[in-house]
Amino acid sequence: MTEFIVKRLLQALLVLAVMTVLVFFGVNVIGNPVYIFASSECDQPCLDAIIKDLGLDRPIWEQYWVFIGNLLQGDLGNSFTHGVPAMSLIWQRLPATLELAFCALVIALTVGLPLGVAAGLRPTHWTSRVIMGFSMIAFSVPIFWIGLIMIIVFSVSLGWMPAVGRGDTVDILGVDLSLFTLDGLHHLAMPAFTLSLIMMAMVIRLTRAGMREVLFSDYIKFARANGIRERRILTLHVMRNILIPIVTVLGMEFGGVIAFAVVVESIFSWPGVGKMLIDAIAVLDRPLIVAYLIFVVIMFVTLNLITDIIYSLLDPRVRLGGNSS
Amino acid sequence: MTAPPVLEVKNLNTSFLLPIGEVRALRDISFDVRRGEILGLVGESGSGKSITGFSINGLLSPPGQVMSGSIRLHGQEITGLTPAAMRQLRGAKIAMVFQDPMMTLNPVLKISLQMGDALRAHARLSEREARARSIAALEEVGIPAPEERLDAFPHQLSGGMRQRVAVAIALLHEPDLVIMDEPTTALDVTIQGQILALVQRLCRERGTALIWITHDLAVVAGIADRILVMYAGRIVEDGTIDELLDTPAHPYTRGLIDSVPTREQRGSRLRQIPGRMPALTDIPEGCTFRPRCSFATDACAAPQEMRSLGTRLVRCCHPLTEVSA
Ligand SMILES: Nc1ncnc2c1ncn2[C@@H]1O[C@H](COP(=O)(O)OP(=O)(O)OP(=O)(O)O)[C@@H](O)[C@H]1O
Ligand SMILES: [Mg+2]
Repeated sequence: MTEFIVKRLLQALLVLAVMTVLVFFGVNVIGNPVYIFASSECDQPCLDAIIKDLGLDRPIWEQYWVFIGNLLQGDLGNSFTHGVPAMSLIWQRLPATLELAFCALVIALTVGLPLGVAAGLRPTHWTSRVIMGFSMIAFSVPIFWIGLIMIIVFSVSLGWMPAVGRGDTVDILGVDLSLFTLDGLHHLAMPAFTLSLIMMAMVIRLTRAGMREVLFSDYIKFARANGIRERRILTLHVMRNILIPIVTVLGMEFGGVIAFAVVVESIFSWPGVGKMLIDAIAVLDRPLIVAYLIFVVIMFVTLNLITDIIYSLLDPRVRLGGNSS
Repeated sequence: MTAPPVLEVKNLNTSFLLPIGEVRALRDISFDVRRGEILGLVGESGSGKSITGFSINGLLSPPGQVMSGSIRLHGQEITGLTPAAMRQLRGAKIAMVFQDPMMTLNPVLKISLQMGDALRAHARLSEREARARSIAALEEVGIPAPEERLDAFPHQLSGGMRQRVAVAIALLHEPDLVIMDEPTTALDVTIQGQILALVQRLCRERGTALIWITHDLAVVAGIADRILVMYAGRIVEDGTIDELLDTPAHPYTRGLIDSVPTREQRGSRLRQIPGRMPALTDIPEGCTFRPRCSFATDACAAPQEMRSLGTRLVRCCHPLTEVSA
């Protein structure tokens, strides 16, 4: 296990190194940040001074080494627009995004698993068709559209739900969360539901497919032949087997959910890292964009590692590290 | 003084209700099994052996359905029992073991949990009592170091070990009837012999009625008291092991015996039954075996009823015992 984790961390470092190159040079291609700092009457000498000040006059590879050097000290530079360290901005915004993504995950599982089980138990019943139709729609209709429709219906027309912001937050262990106030939950509901839809559709499909496969397996038939109660068979004997692919896929997908919360955060003006990224791109805030991308890479690698560990706990046939007995 | 047989099956008809119509998998199956008796159920693949087993323990999966007939356990009718009542019989009174030990145990649950669940399906037991009984049961089927095996997952055991575990689970509640559905087919010959001897011993000791399903006459020749020969969903011959092996009455039984390799035949070509079993969807009129039978005459085109010849039953209009052999 330890050997596996060390190996995985080394791999992660390699991925990270490659990413820094891609991100750094990639960001250099998209526009010149000098104009953000220069006022309209800034002439050539004034521009040159700004360029020199930012270090942009030096060769690009030299800029890269400076960037790496700073990165190793945990310094990703100051945001051009906010003037504070980029990483601190991310940490500040992250709880809102994590909260949103976590709620979306919980919704996806609590709604998706039972629906998937129902669809798997009676595949030809009309309820099953409705469920599968719903999952198809949730999967294929763009979520920004669903988000907008929900705002129009529930916020504009009916006036039931707030359309923007986090609502009241409470401070839990130094982190502001909406999850524990009624007003916060009220604000959280629509964006979390919107963000959960794709995961929910996947959970439904994976659960149904798993049910169809596992229900007809010999070991379930054997469990029944031994008189084990149907409820116990479903909730433990079947579910344990179905959860393996679900955990794997959701684990992989969860990083994506956080990274692409961008869309949902923009629609609902949810003040998370995704919204911050969009704002940063709009003004070419290079350090902030780079910091965000680096952060996303680290997050993906970490989530994959956690997924692998949970996977090995669920499936005894998988031994992390490879050297089986 | 004569207690009813453990199992009485009378005129059992089982069908699959498919969109293309009714496929009759079992036609008019009748037989008894007495306490302590070992009944061999022999027939080639697709003849309906497993379906017979599942019809008895109520585990036919849809669209399979018992259409008519009676199944009595200790004289009590069990067709038409509620699912809950059937569950109480399964494992407690009627047990079943399947063909492939690799598939019979749940791959993601420890042996202890699978045994514990099977125990608690019919008894209130504490964790410790369940463990103690599990260990005793594993010991009885000849598993070394049962304590350790109990904490293992199925993939950590060999095929033979797994089948022993399955047998141990099936016998946990000392059922009155055990159906073994080709439990040794997937195992190598020595292990096959061991399991055979083990099951025979346990059933004899406890007076358990045993139905041993196999496509291989040689497997049951050594242990069965009586043999049923099945062909295309029908029983074609039913007799004691001695009369059936020494003087087979049905040409199909004769074919099965001849296709078992023996020493005397060494060097000579093994005799096979020509042709193959018809699909259930186009069963010929009259005697089902007629197209493959070298003794067939015009009389065979008429429907064949079971005829009794002394102590045995045969579904053939000119049994081999009547022809001068
Ligand atoms: N779900 C199903 N739908 C339609 N027909 C089925 C279905 N399941 C089984 N059958 C039919 O029932 C017949 C008997 O099947 P069964 O499993 O009892 O055969 P078997 O004698 O146990 O053969 P084997 O030695 O291969 O296990 C088969 O010919 C098969 O065509
Ligand atoms: Mg079978």
